[in-house]
Amino acid sequence: MYRYDSYDQSIVDARVEEFRDQVQRRLAGQLTEDQFKPLRLMNGLYLQLHAYMLRVAIPYGTLNGRQMRKLGEIARKYDKGYGHFTTRTNLQYNWIKLADAPDILAELATVEMHAIQTSGNCIRNISSDQYAGVAADEVADPRPWAELLRQWSTFHPEFTYLPRKFKICVIAAEDDRAAMRLHDIGLKLVSRGGQVGAEVYAGGGMGRTPMVAPLIKDFVPEDEIVPYLEACLRVYNRYGRRDNKYKARIKILVHELGAEEYKRQVEEEFAHMRELGLNPPTEELDRIRPFFANPTYEQGLSDSIDRADPAFALWVDRQVAAHRQPGHAIVNISLKPRGGIPGDASAEQIELVADLAEQYSFDELRVTHAQNLVLPHVKKSDLQTIWRKLDEAGLAEANLDLITDIIACPGLDYCSLANARSIPLAQKLSERFADTGRQKELGELKVKISGCINACGHHHAGHIGVLGVDRKGVENFQLSLGGSGAEDASVGQITGPGFSEDGVVDAIEKVTDLYLAQREEGERFLDTYRRLGMKPFKEAIYG
Amino acid sequence: MVEFLSFRQSEATQEPAVTVESFTGQSNSTAVRIEAGEDARELLPYLDRLSLVEVNFPAYGDGRGYSAARILREAGYQGELRAVGDVLVDQLVAMRRCGFDTFRPDKALDDAAVERALNRYADVYQKTVDGRTPVWAKRRPESVNG
Repeated sequence: MYRYDSYDQSIVDARVEEFRDQVQRRLAGQLTEDQFKPLRLMNGLYLQLHAYMLRVAIPYGTLNGRQMRKLGEIARKYDKGYGHFTTRTNLQYNWIKLADAPDILAELATVEMHAIQTSGNCIRNISSDQYAGVAADEVADPRPWAELLRQWSTFHPEFTYLPRKFKICVIAAEDDRAAMRLHDIGLKLVSRGGQVGAEVYAGGGMGRTPMVAPLIKDFVPEDEIVPYLEACLRVYNRYGRRDNKYKARIKILVHELGAEEYKRQVEEEFAHMRELGLNPPTEELDRIRPFFANPTYEQGLSDSIDRADPAFALWVDRQVAAHRQPGHAIVNISLKPRGGIPGDASAEQIELVADLAEQYSFDELRVTHAQNLVLPHVKKSDLQTIWRKLDEAGLAEANLDLITDIIACPGLDYCSLANARSIPLAQKLSERFADTGRQKELGELKVKISGCINACGHHHAGHIGVLGVDRKGVENFQLSLGGSGAEDASVGQITGPGFSEDGVVDAIEKVTDLYLAQREEGERFLDTYRRLGMKPFKEAIYG
Repeated sequence: MVEFLSFRQSEATQEPAVTVESFTGQSNSTAVRIEAGEDARELLPYLDRLSLVEVNFPAYGDGRGYSAARILREAGYQGELRAVGDVLVDQLVAMRRCGFDTFRPDKALDDAAVERALNRYADVYQKTVDGRTPVWAKRRPESVNG
């Protein structure tokens, strides 16, 4: 885990004081809401339907027990006792009072956390692979790069008022667990001739115009990544559209120019940028790297697991992933209980996971873009104890990547942008498909629900995606099939006319029935869909 | 209240700025005004004779002027670089970091707020054109990269 030094701490502390000053001016009436809005938005504070929402950054989804416990404490003290983990691996509090926001930020700063750039048209929280550092197939741990970029992007003076928000993702494995190519810029670390560098993808994104990012540079070495990204961002800042917020993301620029022309302009700017000495010396990455070194594992541990309890065995099969180290495992904690709100956790659950991380996972945990949690370094001999504690807290659902492991945005229950409620639909789907055997039979099936066109629920990337729209004052749900946020990234296709809330649950049942009837050996839902195409699914739904 | 803010040793240029088009056309003017969306690089052949470049911010959220400023400074422009238009106290630090050294905001700024804003952050993460030492260089004083 990265630890702040006095420089990092002083920058975060200064931000707390700055924001305290801004809030005091607002509360004293010296700032109007119009004047205050851009200031609070630079710090992740949104005015939602019922209250202020505060979005806390969890850089590259990694945190320690102390930080997690603080998140629970804040939930209890300043919220209604809940936190909501998001698809950006951040945490949102939905019931915040404006007057409390500076104190919350001050509390976060005591555990090296902040809400800097969790909103606004700037570079947002850098995301990464939840298995970083323990994934068997990774080239290097991507998090030192992500931390380097966190620092570089923090209060970047040239890129604070971009045409639109900007999301960067860094991964280092063939398996893409972080939807890298659906980011404004995606970096994939690769090794060439013994040197680690990044493939750069630019212009991906969701929203109303989903795009899978094309490769624009096949290798940028670590000592040139900052000037290369500055070149990418400068071209975007200068030429990205500002006349229409829905066409302002970099994906539209890359699409309108063409990837080749965008790349040419970036190369031209890069040729200039690389002369300016913008990149921190390689010693800086070398300074950061040891913070992410893996812990000293106990040697000679057994790989055997006592599977006598069938419920435990089921959970192990679903939630536990292979670790590089013998005798160890990666534990996925589902935040998708039957009928629950995807990504929500109570203060007590948050604190329990903090305890588990400290006791059993070398004080480390991860947040995933699918709104779940991960304990990355667990001894297999501790699995049963962990499972029992999770089960007591309602956190032992065994549904990783199954049909009830649903991604959903907060939707119209909270969000002022939403057209439809995502949460009740997610809950109904979760109930409809609750049967364990049926879920297992359906296998990997990623369902993603967005309550409006902004696509925070990643519906375009769902094997099954649902988009809530407003049709003449009535909530209506459009179904799409065939999306993927993984290494085989693709954008889903709309099936046809939309449905009511119950209607879309029925339609999803029909497409899954068709899949079960038509699948060939070893095919996931997505594979069957890709082989058969939309037609039979459409007939099953509307025929 | 602050109507004009300067960080330059010398007096501010009084000459009115002309448009980029008339400047590059034929004028012998030494002051030019860049609108958002205009290419600062068109001025690069003329940097020696320029004493003032005004960069207009039509709205505080339109950040193109930050790139324009940095491009001019990166090319070695030493003259006055003035931010005009919708310039608020909350943008001063970023603008300073991109090379602006004078400011004429549409709405006058509060002196105390300016003072607070400019002194808020002791450290910065990026190397830009303002000469401030980024944190990564402070961490390794022996390896300051330029």
